Amino acid sequence: MSQADSIHTLSLKGIHDGVHTGKFSVMEATDAYLDRIERFNPELNAYITVTRESAQAQAVDIDNRIRKGELTGAMAGVPYALKDLFCSEGVRTTCASNMLSNFISPYDAHVAEKLKAAGGVLLGKNNMDEFAMGSSNETSAFGNVRNPWDTTKVPGGSSGGGAATIAARLAPMTLGTDTGGSIRQPASFCNITGIKPTYGRISRYGMIAFASSLDQCGPMAPSAEDCAITLNVIAGLDSRDSTSVDLPVPDYTANLNDSIEGLRIGLPKEFFAEGLDVQVGAVIDRAIKQFQAKGAIIKEVTLPNSHLAVPVYYVVAPAECSSNLSRFDGVRFGHRCENPKDLLDLYERSRWEGFGDEVKRRIMIGTYALSAGYYDAYYLKAQQVRRLIKQDFEAAFKDVDVIMGPSCPTTAFGIGAKKDDPIAMYLEDLYTIPVSLAGLPGMTFPIGFATDGLPVGMQLVGNYFEEARMLNIAHQYQQWTDWHTQVPAQFA
Amino acid sequence: MAISEAEVKKVARLARLAVPDERLAAYTQNLCNILDLVDQLSAVDTTGVEPMAHPLEMMQRLREDVVTETDHREKYQAVAPEVEDGLYLVPKVIE
Repeated sequence: MSQADSIHTLSLKGIHDGVHTGKFSVMEATDAYLDRIERFNPELNAYITVTRESAQAQAVDIDNRIRKGELTGAMAGVPYALKDLFCSEGVRTTCASNMLSNFISPYDAHVAEKLKAAGGVLLGKNNMDEFAMGSSNETSAFGNVRNPWDTTKVPGGSSGGGAATIAARLAPMTLGTDTGGSIRQPASFCNITGIKPTYGRISRYGMIAFASSLDQCGPMAPSAEDCAITLNVIAGLDSRDSTSVDLPVPDYTANLNDSIEGLRIGLPKEFFAEGLDVQVGAVIDRAIKQFQAKGAIIKEVTLPNSHLAVPVYYVVAPAECSSNLSRFDGVRFGHRCENPKDLLDLYERSRWEGFGDEVKRRIMIGTYALSAGYYDAYYLKAQQVRRLIKQDFEAAFKDVDVIMGPSCPTTAFGIGAKKDDPIAMYLEDLYTIPVSLAGLPGMTFPIGFATDGLPVGMQLVGNYFEEARMLNIAHQYQQWTDWHTQVPAQFA
Repeated sequence: MAISEAEVKKVARLARLAVPDERLAAYTQNLCNILDLVDQLSAVDTTGVEPMAHPLEMMQRLREDVVTETDHREKYQAVAPEVEDGLYLVPKVIE
C-alpha cells in the first residue's frame, strides 16, 4: 500500500504531522481526498460542489508556506469541507436550494476565513437539507444523500452531507450547523463525532441564517480530538456577529487526557422513556456501564418539560426563519422569476419557485405565528415554555456535571420513509431540540452498532461553555473503544 | 387548531409566496398538522414566566458608530439578477 492510499485513515493530527515531517505533501493529502471524492461521491451525493482546482492551488501555496516555516498551526496543510451554507469567496454557495443554485459568494464566512488563514485546504461544499430545514437530507434541491453504512438509509440531517463525508472519509473534518440537532443527529446516524458548542461560541458571520436564536456551527470529524483541534481555530469573538460571545477561548486540546473518575453523569429519565428504540437503548446502556466502570457516577435527572421542546421549536424556528428568509426577494441575489408583471409578482413567484416545500411550509407557519392576533398565543407562549425547558437543565446541572442519553430515538431510517410526513420527521429530533432551545453545548460520539448493523451515537450535554470538558469525556471514551475508527467496508 | 384555506392564502400573501390553487389543499393540511402539534403549548401554565429572548440572557452588543465596511458595490452586484449603472432593477413601481 502506498502512502497516498492510507492518508484518509489518519486523524487531523496525523495529517498535520505527516505534512510537517515531510512524509507526504499537502498536495498528496489533498489529491488523496479529491480522488476518494471522485470515486465515492457519485454514490453518496455528499458534496454539492467539489473545489478541485482551487484546492490544488491552495495545496501548492500551503506546501510552500509550510516549507518556509510560515505555517505551523494544527490545521496547516489539513484538507476539510464545509456545509454548503457557509459563504466561501468565489465558490458556489447554494444552501441546497434552487434559490441560490447559482450564487457565487462574494465573501468568506468567519469560519471559512479562519480555516483558510490557518492553512486548511477547502475540498468542497457538503450537501444538506435545504436551508438546513430537515432531518434526513431529503429536502435538498440537489438530491438526497445516502448513508455510507447502508446506502438505502438516510444520513440524517440537516448536516447529512457532512456526516456522510466523514463516515466515508471523503474529508478528515467538515463544519456543520445545528439549529435543533442538525450536527448531532446525522453524527449519530453515521458513526462520527460532532459538537454543537454553546450558543454564541463561534461567529455566524457569513453562515446563512435559519433561526437566529438557535443556529450554531460546529465541527464534525471521526474523533473528539479532531473536533477539539478544529474548535481551537474557529471559536472566539467576532465583532461582525453581535451574538458572538466575548469570553476567553480555552485550548480545547489541553484537558483531553484528564481522568473522568468521579464525573457525575445525569441520565434524563424522559430520554429513556417510551419512544426510544429498544436496540438503541441497549447500546446506550452498555456505554453508560463503560463510563461507570471507569469511575463515573451515574445519577437519574429529570427534564419534565422536555416533551414540549418539539412544539416550542416549531413555533420559534419557523418564526425566525420567516424573518431571516425574507431577504430572498429576487432583487439583490438568488433566483428571479421570468417576466414579472409587477413588483409583488416578482417577489411572490421568485420565492415560490426558488424555495422547496419544507422551507415554504416553515415560512408560512412562522408568518402565521407572528401575524397580528396570534403573536401572544404562539410566539410569546413558546418563548415562555422555552424558559421552563432551560430551567429544567439548570436544575439538573446542580446535581451532575454532564448529561448523557441518546441523540436519536432510532438508528438511520430508510430513504423516503418519513419524507411525506413532516410531523414524524420533526419528532426525530426530540432529544436534541431541548438542548438547542436552552442554548447549551451538545455533542454526539459513536458508541457502537444496533442489531440492525447501523451506528448509534451518544448525546453528551454540558453546561454553558463546558466544551473542553465534553471533548475530554468523549476523548477518554475513544481511548477505551474503537467505534469512532470504524468505516463501512466498501469505503475503507 | 384548524387553519382554513382562505387563511393559508392570506398567510402566503403576507410571506410573499405565490401558492398555486392546486397546491393550497395540501399546504393547508400540512400546516394544520403542524399547528396541532404546536397546540400542546396552550395547555401549559406559564403565568408569570418571563419569555426567553436570548439563551444566555445577554444584551445585544453595540459597536462604535464608525464606518467599518468598505465599498464593495460592484462585487456584491455581480451576483444580482439584474442591475444597471450600479442600481438594482425591479419592475416599474410608480407610473
